[in-house]
Amino acid sequence: MKLLRNLAGVVFAFVAVSAMAQEAPDALVKRVSQEVLGIIKSDPKVQAGDQARIREVVETKLLPYFDFERLTALAMGRNWRQASPEQQKQLVDQFRALLVRTYSGALTQYRDQTMDYKPLRADANATEVTVRTEVVRQGQAPVPIDYSMAKGSGWKVYDVIVGGVSLVTNYRDEFNEQIKSGGIDGLIKTLQAKNQSPK
Amino acid sequence: MRKTLALVALAAVCVLPGCATTGGRADDPFEAGNRVMFQINEPLVEYVAKPVAEVYTTIVPSFMRTAVTNYVNNIDDLFSIVNDALQGKWDKMGNDMGRVMINTGFGFGGLIDIASEAGIPRGMEDFGQTFGYWGIPQGPYLFIPLWGPTTVRDGTGSILRLLWSPTNEIPNVAARNVVYGLVTVNETPGVVDAWKLVDQAALDRYTFVRRAYLQRREYLVHDGKPPPEKDE
Repeated sequence: MKLLRNLAGVVFAFVAVSAMAQEAPDALVKRVSQEVLGIIKSDPKVQAGDQARIREVVETKLLPYFDFERLTALAMGRNWRQASPEQQKQLVDQFRALLVRTYSGALTQYRDQTMDYKPLRADANATEVTVRTEVVRQGQAPVPIDYSMAKGSGWKVYDVIVGGVSLVTNYRDEFNEQIKSGGIDGLIKTLQAKNQSPK
Repeated sequence: MRKTLALVALAAVCVLPGCATTGGRADDPFEAGNRVMFQINEPLVEYVAKPVAEVYTTIVPSFMRTAVTNYVNNIDDLFSIVNDALQGKWDKMGNDMGRVMINTGFGFGGLIDIASEAGIPRGMEDFGQTFGYWGIPQGPYLFIPLWGPTTVRDGTGSILRLLWSPTNEIPNVAARNVVYGLVTVNETPGVVDAWKLVDQAALDRYTFVRRAYLQRREYLVHDGKPPPEKDE
């Protein structure tokens, strides 16, 4: 009997996991953003501006759905292939840390806004889609936020486009400039310094 | 006032190339001069915009700030009608005409944005976008202290917008100046917030702002469907 119950638990867990994996990309964006915004609105620590807690929320709830390897490679452009595996790893880690900081900072400013989810226009067996959303604020123009997503073992985000400004494209200029003046190691150093600065 | 304003803006556009050095990117040939302007802008944000924004948001209640924003938006909508027409975007033109009539007529000259409540979207077309639609290239990127990022094309559009603004027609000089002042000060909180984000995100703030601005404008010119970026 006990065995049966354990087995049932395993089966249930398996079903839950595969349901997650098959979750449509737009459903995923909706679920994750609602969950994160729910926490931002209700968690007393977040409300009090506890940076550590906000980062924890970003790390655990948001980051699993981002493909940082691909994001970094895209932002590096042709420089990516010039980087050694060790450099690539450092770049991904540092870029990830920078984005967590920025995202946490942005979420702290989140107040009284609602998200609109646009219908997904994509083929049922597409492996790359853009999920469109809009942040609506009282008395202000809505800000469109698009998520470029690719299908691997599950759907993951590899670019975020806010009001037409692509994260990847914006950092490509930044990275290029740093690499031109200090090489790939120079870029890694700049990213490290940025992540350690108190701001 | 309108003449001075135009002169200052024109001077900024015409003089800047003077401080240019050769070399650099095709979209930012005056980078060296622009970076100097960017440096000049930093203390202005820190020691002028920030304190002004703080005082303004403290003493002026939020509904009044919204009213100022609505007033500016209503004039933008008016210009949007013209630019919708110049681009043959008739749906948008209908929306913008409806918006201006409703907000001017029933929203106390645009202080209340009833049209948005009614779900009429803003066309948000400006002269810079019209020039872009006609195939006029953006021209060199420019950074103007206190104004921010622009290009020769967009800057020219902004000057037209300033020259022809109905605010210039307010007959009472004192009242007109109050409106100019309010409209300018009302911009500061948003500007300060934007700079905070740039501080957090950017490795080099100059490059970050430039790329973000140019991406945004490209997106607007193409109504949210810019051609894919060439990946070097």
